[in-house]
Amino acid sequence: MDQLVALLGYEFVQNAIAAGTVIAIVSGVVSRFVVARNMSFAVHALGELGFTGAAGFILLRLSPVLGLLAGTAVTAVFIGALGVRARGRDVVVGVVMAFGLGLGVLFITLYKGYANQAFAILFGTITGVSRADVVLLLAIGVVTLVSLAAIYRPLTFATVDPEVAEARGVPVGALAVAFLLIMAAAVAEAIQVVGVLLILTLLITPGAAAECLTPRPGLAIIYSVAIALFCILGGILLSLITNAPVSVFVTSLSFGCYLLARFVVGPRRRDIRATSRPAESSAGTTVAEAH
Amino acid sequence: MGSPAVRFEGVTLEYGARRIWSDLSLDVPPGAFVAILGPNGSGKTSLLRAILGLVIPSSGRILVQGRSPHRGDPDIGYVPQHSSFDADLPFRGRDLVQLGVDGHRWGIGWPDPTRKARVDRAVASVDADAYADAPIGRLSGGEQQRLRIAQALVGDPRILLCDEPLANLDLRYQQTITALIAGWRERTGGTVLFVTHDVNPVLGVVDQVLFVVNGRWAAGKPDEVLTSERMSALYGSHVDVVRVHGRIVVVGESTESGFNIEEPHHVPVPLEPH
Repeated sequence: MDQLVALLGYEFVQNAIAAGTVIAIVSGVVSRFVVARNMSFAVHALGELGFTGAAGFILLRLSPVLGLLAGTAVTAVFIGALGVRARGRDVVVGVVMAFGLGLGVLFITLYKGYANQAFAILFGTITGVSRADVVLLLAIGVVTLVSLAAIYRPLTFATVDPEVAEARGVPVGALAVAFLLIMAAAVAEAIQVVGVLLILTLLITPGAAAECLTPRPGLAIIYSVAIALFCILGGILLSLITNAPVSVFVTSLSFGCYLLARFVVGPRRRDIRATSRPAESSAGTTVAEAH
Repeated sequence: MGSPAVRFEGVTLEYGARRIWSDLSLDVPPGAFVAILGPNGSGKTSLLRAILGLVIPSSGRILVQGRSPHRGDPDIGYVPQHSSFDADLPFRGRDLVQLGVDGHRWGIGWPDPTRKARVDRAVASVDADAYADAPIGRLSGGEQQRLRIAQALVGDPRILLCDEPLANLDLRYQQTITALIAGWRERTGGTVLFVTHDVNPVLGVVDQVLFVVNGRWAAGKPDEVLTSERMSALYGSHVDVVRVHGRIVVVGESTESGFNIEEPHHVPVPLEPH
């Protein structure tokens, strides 16, 4: 315990905790929409092409964080422009991702002595972030959350009930592109903690675990943020104690949270299980064969 | 009676080269209950989408309460064709109804007692209180349909568009849903346009039917339109309309392409031109 308190005095630890907190809040909120909109593959692609962006920026001796953001944002625009409809979206994502990763390989070969930084982007660098990085991550986080708050209601409408949303004048297509850009920012942030390869542990798992815990959409977001905070801060502390990489603990904790939510806590919550009244449900679900 | 709630003036709708229907002219007076009938693929849904301003006719014009259709018209309530919700989606029936109040507005929409009261009233008006707090994806089709109607009516529309609201429901629920919609019309004097492949569940409340087949159409009182002569002319082949036990049955000749004789009260599949 004393050792832990002593560690908290180090600036790099404070930076990691500050950055981790910002990133957890952003990932927790965004992951609810990623899960509800079924966009796991797009998240994966944004992560990999964030890597390409970072590799390109390192080659040009610019900030890798901004490179990540540039990579994910360009990818989001490409995916958005080529196909935002659910049908065929995965195909577009795959096409864009393959090309982008090819560019990433090119940047690696062009840059000499690159291996360390590439490893950091692939597996996370949270204990290496500087004060300036924290400020940058905070700025990106605030912009992301404010944008998401601004479109929260119509995005929810378009996600859950697209036909009626369209009829009510909600710009369903434009919102899909806007959400891709928000995802791009969230992915660039989350890569700081767990890296490109493990991005789904922060942008899918908290949101997926949360939906086992409540049928209320607002509460699900709060649970999702709480789970992301627990995983990231827990992961940083465990990593400091053991010297093993942060990603290892974040992924283990988030997987544990998911299993617990899905198989232990969730099934005990009565309001989540089907509140069935036999007469009503049997009448409604049967396809009318009687007539 | 003022101007019609919905007016079609020589409306033709095409998707690419395919003509959905042509030269449709019809006045729907305020307070009318119109059943829109016809086989699958005859453009019934497109007709509703045109009223919503989501598809633009290639010629002619549509007037909704005297104005051109525009997306997000608060005077129109819409019950879309049955679509299922993910069983694990953290979203309750009351959340769906709430989207009908302010889901189209920007911002977060913090909890608000006035909005909650409106949602509560709408939920109660369709007798859905018992399950409005359960996850929507775990409800039966009939329960979801009630909540969809509450969602469409919570904004106090003047016109209600329903797309196959009775599909996949058993007879009892078909009657319940029909009664809910007819009751709303009685109370408010609102207009109902009701797409269905089977006219029988709504026969008691319908003032007018619009029957669309292969781009042709016929409209009028059910007794005028649903006759062997009119239906045969519409389908371009011999069709019998018979009344059995107060139900209307539309049957075609049995041919190789096959009329749906297992479910004779459903409208027949149109013959492909050979």
